Amino acid sequence: MWRSCLRLRDGGRRLLNRPRSGLTASEGLGRKPPIPFRAYVPPAERKKFYQNVSISQGEGGFEINLDHRKLRTPQGKLFTVPSEALAIAVATEWDSQQDTIKMYTMHLTTLCNTSLDNPTQRDKDQLIRAAVKFLDTDTVCYRVEEPETLVELQRNEWDPVISWAERRYGVEIGSSTSITGPSIPARTREVLVSHLASYNMWALQGIEFVVTQLKSLVLTLGLMDLHLTVEQAVLLSRLEEEYQIQKWGNIEWAHDYELQELRARTAAGTLFVHLCSESTAIKHKLLQG
Amino acid sequence: MAALGSPLRTWRGLLRELRYLNAATGRPYRDTAAYRYLVKAFRAHRVTSEKLCRAQHELHFQAATYLCLLRSIREHVALHQEFHGKGTDGERGNEGRFRGLLTSTYASS
Repeated sequence: MWRSCLRLRDGGRRLLNRPRSGLTASEGLGRKPPIPFRAYVPPAERKKFYQNVSISQGEGGFEINLDHRKLRTPQGKLFTVPSEALAIAVATEWDSQQDTIKMYTMHLTTLCNTSLDNPTQRDKDQLIRAAVKFLDTDTVCYRVEEPETLVELQRNEWDPVISWAERRYGVEIGSSTSITGPSIPARTREVLVSHLASYNMWALQGIEFVVTQLKSLVLTLGLMDLHLTVEQAVLLSRLEEEYQIQKWGNIEWAHDYELQELRARTAAGTLFVHLCSESTAIKHKLLQG
Repeated sequence: MAALGSPLRTWRGLLRELRYLNAATGRPYRDTAAYRYLVKAFRAHRVTSEKLCRAQHELHFQAATYLCLLRSIREHVALHQEFHGKGTDGERGNEGRFRGLLTSTYASS
């Protein structure tokens, strides 16, 4: 069983390149030559190959330099970001790596790569639709009917966030105990779609990422509008889990591990959206007199 | 608005996280681009004649979010190395996972 799992993990390369008969494919029965290994090694296993990280400004924006080499995306494009703050944060991620490059800790780099390469080939409308679709199964709208203490906790913690979102956007959201979830009016969807359309493509990648992590569009809107901190949003997203932990106990290697990972991803996505959306302009006051 | 706490606390937390990040390289954290950028940003938003500055709140929010990012990555990596890292692989490694559960349930064995 484990060997077959290993085969699956390496993408079937063993099956393609080393057939069981022991012959290489070209010596075999006139079959096509084996597909060569990719020259690109997944960065998750790479040793740190640089000493210094710096940023520079190019034509398309800010670039990251690893020693004398320019950082590139997985698809080979030049890694360029629109914001200096984002470039510095990405450079800090690369600079903080020690012996090996742990890609799973480099969330901002990953988000930038996704925005630059757009591997799923989604356009702005598709990203917006994907985010708004989550509203039908939004965590804060999905309520339990028992136990009573959890029902009350959900009411106390989630109702204020829903009320805030309804006031802020002038829409109806509501909540439901039905298995089909809340019924979201069409007008609510339209308003939120047009609100999300005001964000640029990069910011939308970040928003869709955060929505997927928190399983909630409402909580994501709270983060984007500075209404919730990341810690608050994550707690609200994991409300039932926290309730169970308080009742049954905490398992550090599972609960805390997932909590810290969720916080890191949500914080990265939130920061990414804010840094991609802002534009700084210094206005000097004219002294009149 | 999000309850962020005091900017000074966020600032101190950021400095602590930058110190942790640079401890391994041995380079002073004050030499890093991240430190210089944060100092500039915090200073720039102090110079304002407006009493209620949305830009100030936005900066504080971003700083607090960045602090959360750095802190949670560090704690995640520490948990990964303690419970899921290569040093605990194989049959022996699994003992660590159940340490809390089994020893508390079967204390006498």
